Amino acid sequence: MMQDTYNFAYLDEQTKRMIRRAILKGLAIPGYQVPFASREMPMPYGWGTGGVQVSAAVLTPEDRFKVIDQGADDTTNAVSIRSFFERTAGVETTTATEDATVIQTRHRIPEQPLTEDQILVYQVPIPEPLRFLEPRESETRKMHSLEEYGLMHVKLYEDISRHGHIATSYAYPVRVEARYVMDPSPIPKFDNPKLDDNPAIQLFGAGREQRIYALPPYTKVISLDFDDHPFDPSKADQPCGLCGSNESYLDEIIVDDAGNRMFVCSDTDYCEKRQAAGHKGKFAA
Amino acid sequence: MQTDVLDGGFSNPPIDAAHVFRGVMNAMARPGKIETIQGVVAPPAPLSPAAGAALLTLCDPDTPIHLAGSFDTTDLRTWISFHTGAPFAGPNDCVFALGHWDDLGPLSSYPIGTPAYPDRSATLIVETDNLTNDGQRLTGPGIKGAANLKLPETTAFQKNHAQFPLGLDFIFTCGDRLAALPRSTEVS
Repeated sequence: MMQDTYNFAYLDEQTKRMIRRAILKGLAIPGYQVPFASREMPMPYGWGTGGVQVSAAVLTPEDRFKVIDQGADDTTNAVSIRSFFERTAGVETTTATEDATVIQTRHRIPEQPLTEDQILVYQVPIPEPLRFLEPRESETRKMHSLEEYGLMHVKLYEDISRHGHIATSYAYPVRVEARYVMDPSPIPKFDNPKLDDNPAIQLFGAGREQRIYALPPYTKVISLDFDDHPFDPSKADQPCGLCGSNESYLDEIIVDDAGNRMFVCSDTDYCEKRQAAGHKGKFAA
Repeated sequence: MQTDVLDGGFSNPPIDAAHVFRGVMNAMARPGKIETIQGVVAPPAPLSPAAGAALLTLCDPDTPIHLAGSFDTTDLRTWISFHTGAPFAGPNDCVFALGHWDDLGPLSSYPIGTPAYPDRSATLIVETDNLTNDGQRLTGPGIKGAANLKLPETTAFQKNHAQFPLGLDFIFTCGDRLAALPRSTEVS
């Protein structure tokens, strides 16, 4: 139910124009982080204030909106953002990936392949992939403008020398159209191949860090690797305990005090649809 | 007081702007794809409804506009001022520019951004009489395989692309339709 006391989609029009201009420049320069004047939102930083502002700037009243948190439609973050836009924008909401026109996501890309008619909005905590290697913004800006990305390869190499393989398992850095190195937000590296050549528009919003960046459809996105240590989009080597899928990304859940565990799909919509279609894992009721 | 200056804007700004922005964003994300903007604004001549809608959606007191050639009229200045509050500027200092292709040049006068901040660059809204999907071949981000769009010339856009990630972005408007050409697109 929409409340008339709010402007459509909560933000005032001048704020939306500022965000919309940033989105257009982000689309024109894929992978480049556009600074924007992030607003305080009625939720704490770290709860998706960047994603919410981007969603508010792109939503139209006709959209069907889906929110996922680590793949799940029914966790606190997803439920509260969904009801936020039900109240302030009056948009229809859904949990079905294929019915949604705008999907806001925290740390997953849905298992169901996206289409040209969809927009995927990522919540991003730290947009700068070089930040943990170089804390100064003035330096990382310079590194991006000079395409000086050797440090990132050194970091991946140190992973190999210490662990024998690249141990980075989420927020795995990518190179966009052979130009900008980009943080894909903390999605598992299992999802990285879905960034590449995706038919949907992908928008990234970091509220606390005040950055917006974007991937237009069909953009070339390569995960960084080495010839002798190629990128490996790994996942737990198990079928889902509830739906039996071998293809989906899995969460590990401890089920008792004896250390027993089960693996289940992190994408709840995908898992429920498979169970409804009669697929059963070994823990299925 | 001219009353017609007050007319022709959005009747429901939050909803109308959201619809227009979806069209502009789809155009910028898919270079060469022609989007139709529903008849939400009626700007004074010679401004097209699509260009008028784009200005009302994207411009405000933070974005100086450059009006080129036949678009620099008192009627248009008053209409844009009333509906957006945007100041007017020369090509060197503008964030948006509006005009026919022949009047907008030389492109070297517009800001193309800096290596650290390539987003600080102008967006040129080019009014055309003819917006069709034949003509130059476009490839790059946002395009599956290749797309085609009729452009006023080729070399200027090739030079613009060669500066990537610096450069200008273009929105072509014709009646109630628009298409976009960001700097990332290769033109041949």
